[in-house]
Formats: sequence, structure tokens, C-alpha cells
Amino acid sequence: MIINEFRMVVDSRSVNESFSRATVSAFAAQLDPTVEEINDIKTAVSEAVTNCIVHGYRNSVGKIYIGVKIHDDNRVVITIRDRGCGISDIKKAREPLFTTLGGDRAGLGFSVMESFTDKLSVRSKIGVGTTVTLCKKICGRTK
Amino acid sequence: MSVKIEFENETLNCRLCGEIDHHTTLPIRLDIDDRIENCRPKTLILDFSDVTFMDSSGIGLVMGRYKLLNEFGGELEVTGLSNNSYKVMRLAGLDRIANIKKGSDKK
Repeated sequence: MIINEFRMVVDSRSVNESFSRATVSAFAAQLDPTVEEINDIKTAVSEAVTNCIVHGYRNSVGKIYIGVKIHDDNRVVITIRDRGCGISDIKKAREPLFTTLGGDRAGLGFSVMESFTDKLSVRSKIGVGTTVTLCKKICGRTK
Repeated sequence: MSVKIEFENETLNCRLCGEIDHHTTLPIRLDIDDRIENCRPKTLILDFSDVTFMDSSGIGLVMGRYKLLNEFGGELEVTGLSNNSYKVMRLAGLDRIANIKKGSDKK
């Protein structure tokens, strides 16, 4: 059962990467997470939002839709959606070190999201956009 | 995000400060590359002691500098990593190309 929910929309400007991860982690703070759990959430959100900016909307600015749901079993479910170009081969995109961009992009966005959360799912359609869902159980400091 | 760069005894020491993400890496990357090209150091130290957050952009930052150093045989050392940054670096296998140390491993 969902006990609390929060949604926001931000422009796909890189300055919003830090704003997004800080806001999502601040909302998750009500579950009394450990410093490490908060860092995991921040890192995973940062990767997902960066993907919307550098891949989804590439050379344009669009909207990034972020939703956070807190369930009564201490799970945080975060959805990050863009209406950008979409991913043609999700399986390939999720492979470590795969990147369509050169330069200093490491190609580890999805790998980081995967290893810093409990579950990652990616839905995408060319020309329609991409939705990434991150799920993490917070064990917290009190346990 | 900022970087303090010092060159001494053929060692280029870059002390990074703040949050490392896609937004903040570009300007500091240019600063560091500029100094590498000019100084041709034997050792490059990327000191993460004052880094408060890092995502996979930090990996790109380290890998890119490694490639540049490799062109003339310099060595790379990454120091002062927090547990979180260390986790990200290990995930990328950076421990195989550079000497990476956590903040708590300091001499």
C-alpha cells in the first residue's frame, strides 16, 4: 500500500541533476534511511536524470517527470520519465560500458542504477520516450 | 565543484571539491587536461577527499584522464575516496588501471 507520494516536473537542464537527486532523497528521508541508503538513492537518481538529459532529449530541452512513492513495507519506488527519443535496444543499452556517446561518458548509468537499488525496470518506445523505475527497500538506522 | 591543481616533483596533484556529476565535470576536466598537457607529469593524483557526491560521471573523469596520461606513460593515483565513490569506482573496474584508495587508507 502506498502511504505517501510526491511528483515533480523539471526541465532537462543539467543544473537540475543535483536538484532532482537532493529532492528525491529528501522525500525518502522520512523512512529514516542510513547515510549509505541515501547515497544509493542519490546516485541512482542522478544516473537516471542524466540519461534523460544526454540521451532522451539530446540537443533539446524537454520535461523530466519524476514520481516517488513510499510503500508501507518501507519500499521507495521512483519513476523517472522523459518524452524524448526512446531507446532502440534496451538490452544493449543496459550492458555495462555500452554507450552511444563518446567522450567521457563511461556507459555505466544503468549498471550503477542496478547495483545501487533492488530493482530496475526500463520501458521505452522510439519517438515516445523512456520510463525508468527504481525500487529500493529502506532498512533504516533503527533496525 | 572546483579543483585545486598543484605541480611539484613531477607530480600533478588535483584536489577535487564538491559534487561530481555530468553538469559539473566539464569545466574541471578542461582545467585538468590543460595542466596535464603543459606539465607532462610522471604521476597524476586525483584527490577525492573533499568530494561530497559522485555518480558515474566521476568514472568518466578518471578514465578520460587515464587515457590522456597513457599517451606519454604517466601513472594515475586516485585517493581520498568515500565509501560511496569507492563503490562506484570498483563497479567500473578502475582498480585495475589505477591505484585507488579510500579516505581511510591514508598514510
